Amino acid sequence: MTLDAKIPEGPLAEKWSKHKFNLKLVNPANKRKYTVIVVGTGLAGASAAASLAELGYNVKAFCFQDSPRRAHSIAAQGGINAAKNYQNDGDSIQRLFYDTIKGGDYRSREGNVYRLAEVSVDIIDQCVAQGVPFAREYGGLLDNRSFGGAQVSRTFYARGQTGQQLLLGAYSALNRQIHAGKVTMYNRHEMMDVVTIDGHAKGIVTRDLVTGKIESHAGHAVLLCTGGYGNVFYLSTNAMGCNVTAAWKAHKRGAYFANPCFTQIHPTCIPVTGDHQSKLTLMSESLRNDGRVWVPKTKELAAKLRKGEIKPASLKEEDRDYFLERKYPSFGNLVPRDVASRNAKEMVDEGRGVGGSGIAVFLDFADAIDRLGEDNVRAKYGNLFDMYQQITDEDPYKQPMRIYPAVHYTMGGLWVDYNLMTTVPGLYALGEANFSDHGANRLGASALMQGLADGYFVIPYTLGDYLATIGPKAVNTDHPAFAETEREVKDRLKQLLSLKGTKTVNEYHRELGLIMWEYCGMARNEEGLTKAKDLIRALRKDFWENAFVSGINEEFNQNLEKAGRVADFLELGELMVDDALNRKESCGGHLRLESQTEEGEAKRDDEKYSYVAAWEYKADNQPETLHKEKLVFENVKLSQRSYK
Amino acid sequence: MKLTLKVWRQKNAHTKGKFVTYPADHVSPDMSFLEMLDVVNEDLIRKGDEPIHFDHDCREGICGSCSLHINGRPHGPKHGTATCQLHMRSFKDGDNIVIEPWRALAFPVIKDLATDRSAFDRIQHAGGYVSINTGGVPDANDILIPKVIADEAFNSATCIGCGACVAACKNASAMLFVSAKVSQMALLPQGQPERYRRVQAMVEQMDKEGFGSCTNTGACEAECPKEISLSNIARMNRDYFTAKLIKEEVHH
Repeated sequence: MTLDAKIPEGPLAEKWSKHKFNLKLVNPANKRKYTVIVVGTGLAGASAAASLAELGYNVKAFCFQDSPRRAHSIAAQGGINAAKNYQNDGDSIQRLFYDTIKGGDYRSREGNVYRLAEVSVDIIDQCVAQGVPFAREYGGLLDNRSFGGAQVSRTFYARGQTGQQLLLGAYSALNRQIHAGKVTMYNRHEMMDVVTIDGHAKGIVTRDLVTGKIESHAGHAVLLCTGGYGNVFYLSTNAMGCNVTAAWKAHKRGAYFANPCFTQIHPTCIPVTGDHQSKLTLMSESLRNDGRVWVPKTKELAAKLRKGEIKPASLKEEDRDYFLERKYPSFGNLVPRDVASRNAKEMVDEGRGVGGSGIAVFLDFADAIDRLGEDNVRAKYGNLFDMYQQITDEDPYKQPMRIYPAVHYTMGGLWVDYNLMTTVPGLYALGEANFSDHGANRLGASALMQGLADGYFVIPYTLGDYLATIGPKAVNTDHPAFAETEREVKDRLKQLLSLKGTKTVNEYHRELGLIMWEYCGMARNEEGLTKAKDLIRALRKDFWENAFVSGINEEFNQNLEKAGRVADFLELGELMVDDALNRKESCGGHLRLESQTEEGEAKRDDEKYSYVAAWEYKADNQPETLHKEKLVFENVKLSQRSYK
Repeated sequence: MKLTLKVWRQKNAHTKGKFVTYPADHVSPDMSFLEMLDVVNEDLIRKGDEPIHFDHDCREGICGSCSLHINGRPHGPKHGTATCQLHMRSFKDGDNIVIEPWRALAFPVIKDLATDRSAFDRIQHAGGYVSINTGGVPDANDILIPKVIADEAFNSATCIGCGACVAACKNASAMLFVSAKVSQMALLPQGQPERYRRVQAMVEQMDKEGFGSCTNTGACEAECPKEISLSNIARMNRDYFTAKLIKEEVHH
């Protein structure tokens, strides 16, 4: 199968308008004859479900949480980008497009990214109209802040809780449609598989997490808005429940998985304290606006700091290395995330790390407090400072924060075309679950933008085209494909519950995470990746022999839920390693140690790797087939990314 | 640290529950409360016992999933934090810790410490929104909002919907939760067209769900992990009475 991204012809700025005009429409009276299934209720899912229901479609929405409002979009802190140019500082759609393409290290599609920048302005309007309380200036206008990878202030924010406020906005729109009877909401339901009939997605099979009941749901199209797979690393900033199961099942039903090795490691997280650690906490990137990142100039000083023989504040200016400001004078502390993370790792590897473990660098606000006053710093970052203090028991107003990179976001995901359709007709992927807009590295405050762009302003147009093509013929769960898929789901659950070995599911998850972090984390090479592949295979085999899963299916069973998710991560991990092995260049967050510039920056190989790697599943324990979608750049000149 | 836990175990909504005592050894002060429970659960699973079920997800105090009643207080002893942000350094070696689910008629137990809080969703369905569709809205800067009003609306909007206010209240009243949403919308210009209809619809649904009455004791505010202010309740009462006394015909 050749991959057709369906990028419209014509000048960049006209592609989306033209495309919208060319898409087929469903007449208003026919819309109510269609049912659309939406899995996941984060920013992408809630906004899509609400917008489609407003248009008149019947929507069935599913989430595994006890309420759609708890999807992990809620935890996004810093903000959402939009090319409003309210600050008169030279922003434009073109500039947001350019920053995003460059930030992604030229591994995303021009057409998609331009559209994202184009609709970004509508998102802010929409959210404000819903009553989202964005930060304001005294004159009553919206305030902006700046974020990594950009030299303009285009980030809209609601203190340190922007994701929460945007999700509550989308949730309110969803609630209105639930009240109107256009959305049927299924809380505490997990999607177990996609049902395909004649190659088209026609429904899903779910498990009611309270009763264990396996149910089929039919629809004319299925939208996966199920987020990313960062939890494959065990420790990440993702919520405990975040998982790849829905996307992975779709992959096994024919949806190609694109660029799985593109993972974002966020530079400003609170360092690990011990083996009991269950997740990592992110401190918003906005902190880098005023915080200065540094380590001691010498290993000796770092060792003294770690032992507590000297205090950070007692280190003289000339004994400190503000390494980001030193190496990247024009962007300083605001370099993109991949660059900031990699440099922090470098400092720690050199033995100049700080904190008890030595696996951390400082993020210092002393200068900002001198310049702005403690009250102003508190007003800007108060809740983040409080959170830091709660977790570490240290006062960041008095001593520098300790930070270290952590897995945060996955740029890879299900391959989709310009219409957000996967390689399975009728099956769509939105938000973090797809791969399309961030290339090899996502810029800060762009995840919220993409999730809402897909849900509010892209899918309402593109879905109609498919639905109009297939027609409003009624769908139901009578087709044998549903019974067959249900049987497979039940068999797998039975198989999991039959595991009565000696190791807990959590132990397997932690081991997998260590392998992924060590060999497929911030720096990768052929030798390590090859080793990781063997280790993952062995671990997966061991899981199906020696794991222990407790309880029964017909009850609320969190151990069984977790077992199913870990089993899927054990398969995904190997594909990530394959993808990282295949891509012998460095780009964005994917650093192949074999491919660096003389200054130690990621070195791309545009001649060989300017493509999207889309993987096709064949059969269990079989190598997947690689398909390449060539990336065509007509509007930007590819250059070695420089933030110096 | 070594601790003794007394945990509420209940198979499902239809079975009677009871307290079961578990030792928690090897507890580090750096662990979060939920990580301590993770460790206890790992031991239970290894012994072939059923792990303790509790709702949790983001573990950074924002999703509102976690919901434990710890030593008689929702989210435990620390002010202004959710259970997931509570660290074991808040306890002493040798402590006894009693862990219960939220206790409220409107939040039936699903299993162990997990309860059904869908009543909160249904209150939001009744009116917790501005009735606009996607698209066709004015430019964001066409709506001017004074900074103080935007900030106050934001303070109300930070509610995470965990239900601690209900669990803290002797009447299991949901007034703090409902009033936070009503206030956010009542403060903002976007919420004005439906202001009086909204407050009536949401209060009506709240009553239907079986939450108790408010007697202004303020326990909800004291225990709220996001420090939502009691003044939201005053604002909601004012709007509710206004709607009932003056505006009802106009807004019917």
